[in-house]
Amino acid sequence: MFNIINKLTHTFGPSGNEKKIADLIRDMLKGKVDEIKTDALGNLICIKKGSGKKIMLAAHMDEIGIIVSYIDEKGFLRFSNVGGINPFVILGQRVVFENGTVGVVWYEENIGDIKSIKLEKMYIDIAAKSQADAERLVSVGDMAVFESGTILQNGRIISKSMDDRIGCAILVQIALNQPRTENEIYYVFTAQEEVGLRGARTAAYGIMPDMALAVDVTTTGDTPECKPMSVRIGDGPAIKIKDRSVIAHPQIKDRLIKCAEEHNIPHQFEILVQGGTDAGSIHTTAGGIPSGGVAIPTRNVHNSAEIVDMKDVENAVKLIEAFIR
Amino acid sequence: MECVELLKKLSNMRAVSGRENMAAGEIAELFRQYCDDVSIDAFYNVIGFKKGQGEKPGNVLVTAHYDEIGLIVTGIEDSGFLRFTAVGGVDAKVIGAMEVTVHGKEDLFGVIGVKPPHLIPPEDKNKGIKMEDMRIDIGYDGEKARELVSIGDMVSFNSPARELLNNRMAGKSMDNRSGVAVLIEILKELQKIKHDDNVYIVATVQEELGLIGAICATYNIKADLGIVIDVCHGDMPDAPSDEAFPLDKGAAVAIGPIISRKHARECIKLAKEENISYQIDPEAGDTGTEAAVLAVAREGIPVILLSIPSKYMHTTVEMISVSDVVATGRLAARYIAGRSKE
Amino acid sequence: MKAALDNLKKLTALDGVSGEEKPVRDYIVSKIKDYVDDYYVDNLGNLITYKKGTGNGPKVMLDAHMDEVGLLITLINQDGLLKFRTIGGIEARVLAGKRVRIGKDQVPGVIGFKPLHLQSSKEREGTVDKKQLTIDIGAKDKEQAEKMVEIGDLAAFDYEPVEFGDNKLMAKALDNRVGCAALIELLKHKYESDIYGCFTVQEEIGLKGAKTSTFQVEPDIAFVLEGTTCYDVPDTKEYGISTVCGDGPALTIMDRSVIADKDLLKHITETAKLNGIPYQFKKTISGGTNAGRIQAGGTGVKVAIIALPCRYIHSPVSVMDINDFENMIKLAKKVLETLPTSITLYREQGGGKVNV
Repeated sequence: MFNIINKLTHTFGPSGNEKKIADLIRDMLKGKVDEIKTDALGNLICIKKGSGKKIMLAAHMDEIGIIVSYIDEKGFLRFSNVGGINPFVILGQRVVFENGTVGVVWYEENIGDIKSIKLEKMYIDIAAKSQADAERLVSVGDMAVFESGTILQNGRIISKSMDDRIGCAILVQIALNQPRTENEIYYVFTAQEEVGLRGARTAAYGIMPDMALAVDVTTTGDTPECKPMSVRIGDGPAIKIKDRSVIAHPQIKDRLIKCAEEHNIPHQFEILVQGGTDAGSIHTTAGGIPSGGVAIPTRNVHNSAEIVDMKDVENAVKLIEAFIR
Repeated sequence: MECVELLKKLSNMRAVSGRENMAAGEIAELFRQYCDDVSIDAFYNVIGFKKGQGEKPGNVLVTAHYDEIGLIVTGIEDSGFLRFTAVGGVDAKVIGAMEVTVHGKEDLFGVIGVKPPHLIPPEDKNKGIKMEDMRIDIGYDGEKARELVSIGDMVSFNSPARELLNNRMAGKSMDNRSGVAVLIEILKELQKIKHDDNVYIVATVQEELGLIGAICATYNIKADLGIVIDVCHGDMPDAPSDEAFPLDKGAAVAIGPIISRKHARECIKLAKEENISYQIDPEAGDTGTEAAVLAVAREGIPVILLSIPSKYMHTTVEMISVSDVVATGRLAARYIAGRSKE
Repeated sequence: MKAALDNLKKLTALDGVSGEEKPVRDYIVSKIKDYVDDYYVDNLGNLITYKKGTGNGPKVMLDAHMDEVGLLITLINQDGLLKFRTIGGIEARVLAGKRVRIGKDQVPGVIGFKPLHLQSSKEREGTVDKKQLTIDIGAKDKEQAEKMVEIGDLAAFDYEPVEFGDNKLMAKALDNRVGCAALIELLKHKYESDIYGCFTVQEEIGLKGAKTSTFQVEPDIAFVLEGTTCYDVPDTKEYGISTVCGDGPALTIMDRSVIADKDLLKHITETAKLNGIPYQFKKTISGGTNAGRIQAGGTGVKVAIIALPCRYIHSPVSVMDINDFENMIKLAKKVLETLPTSITLYREQGGGKVNV
């Protein structure tokens, strides 16, 4: 499974530019599902036919990144955020464009108090010698993502874009496992989650499932002096209770808990004070689609090195397989 | 049921946003005696249907949300204290030393602990307190607490509705159970008068989380008039005079871009003719109420918004006047029965 | 093009604050009714027009919102002054000392402000507080004011369009009468695709009209025609300039509401290059347009934005370049004429459903 994860995290895909990820997943699932299609927003929808309930599983393909807004006369790039980018987190990071161009993020050194730093006061240096030089490599409107590897160490993964390639990997793994079920399963790899849960809404509208699960990451409360939160990595996948976008439908939540208990799958509960998931836009689609979520506890979310535990990932696969059966 | 009793019963129900299944049945029961059909949808919106007597009836959709703000358990400490966060807009400043009910395996009594003034260092006296630093005390140790309570259990406030001077009442959930009371007043009134149009009376869920119930409910009901019943700010000493409305002066009828000007004007005209008290509520934005949802549902529903002035909104002593509830119900019912169609 | 500019001037002279777009809509109807196959006004007030295509192109929606920012009268004071709130985003300092007209009868009024001489030194340094501002219609007391104005009336800026300088036009409500005037012009021509020209309402209070118009039209592709921010005066750091007045119509790659469809953007830029029409990219990511609402409709819509740079947007003295306006229309027309019927309706995926 690490192989799948590794391939997914190494593929370029900021919001609105999910094509490469979609192509990769399409290749992985060819022959394993009955139908594969895409829609106007670029969602990839893989269907395993069945006669029972229509169940939508959603994991978003897009990752956070930056977008170039201006190239100056010396070849430095000004940029804005695509999704939630903290200026302190991106400071000093390497970013990479779709064509492989690497840049380093730095800031105007006369800003005074570093605490007041904003993205507008930062720039990307792609080692260009001039404006023309820079424009050969990058255009205004191009996006870039964190440049960082994926490491498996001590049963845990350190990588960029665990949010939400780990969810994509879980869906891919389930689809490959081909769990026996009467239900019709929609493996939906959504676009543009990080900029406002956009893809999931139109995908859900097209599918009109009976119920939906969003598979995404959640923050944890297990690092030094962090805000209190009852989620730890390694303690099992987290069943979504609430985030900023949704309160899980009680029947979905209860069904997940029942599945976990029956199959002895370790699990915990997610109440996310900040941030939302695709479940938020799915559950208000059309006349309402009962939705919930399974979240992988993840440290340092929206950073170039997010950390998850492989056991949680494997248990999430088991839990969701039990859910859709 | 008389309006005062009804309001008491409604305000005392428990239905924290997202877990309205706690009260959906009770609301449905209240609707049943006045409706031709009552149903509860997958999100626990309660939908009452009252058939119109016209040959070609139109459809009127009336909504009022019945969820209430509350708390949710986010952690159980070894000492048995519960950590929590807000569901909906709860003001951390006003929940210290509050009695609560924790809806665990069974309903448990609890209090939100506060530090005695003697122990607060002088430099902290003027600081606000954060919700993440507060705890609910249910009087059990960690082991017993974990047996009875799970993370994700809802918590509601204990604040039984009470009658006050001048026909006023205060309770924990007048936002928006007083609106639900209006729904029932409308149904009662419609028993007495002939109405051509089919009427869908919907008590909606998860309004406090972003108008979610109304978004779902309006997708399946095709209406040509929408009426939203909610609360607005009651007049208070330091509230701006054009954003807060006196109690006992009737429903605040909204006027603004999102509101159907035609229906609002006709509704005001009717109130004048029938001598039903009302006031005007100018709304420059989308109102933040379910009117914003109805207006753009499907092809769009022409919508009016009637609000009951409520003082001390989002505290446990939200205060309304019973006469406003009755007047709002009468105005809405009369408007439904007598509305002109084009 | 002369007709388009004439329409634009006439449109900016009309009032259409969000919620009361009728005067603008009536004018538009009079200009388009002979050119479209069908039109109707929906529940919210959107004007939806239909023009059958000559071929089998995709279903294309063209959106231009009719509404403008303005004021809502909320209270009449004892002294006859009117309190108000803003509809849509208007800065307080833009309001002080401006002319307005109120309601259907266009009652004239002014927004006064405390003279500098009477301000305390603290007030002189400070900003304008919206809550202090009132509209003065000259009434001597509440009673007289109530005869002229009702609570709930809308007020619009009272400024006539002026052509000045080097091909510049100053007017109120350029956002978004430029879009309306451009769309009127576009509807005069025939295209291969079916065109739904949607003049929408209530954009300024949260993209309301586009939600119901999209639900009714269910387009495959949509182009939003808009007046967009432009602040190119000296002192702005170059990387902070969103668009430049006079550099041609502006294309949005991404804003807070939408990431424009790549295929459509490519089609637009290639069309511009081929026809020698200048264009620029909007360089800031701020703001939102109906495109966000349209894209999220139904099973999803491919969207792009063709915008006109307008200086001092949301003020009574917005300024635009007339060449930009003409190029905006030229570009949009060419884009529609050459819109490939084979354009994939599925985002960058090279085809829709694949059975495997």
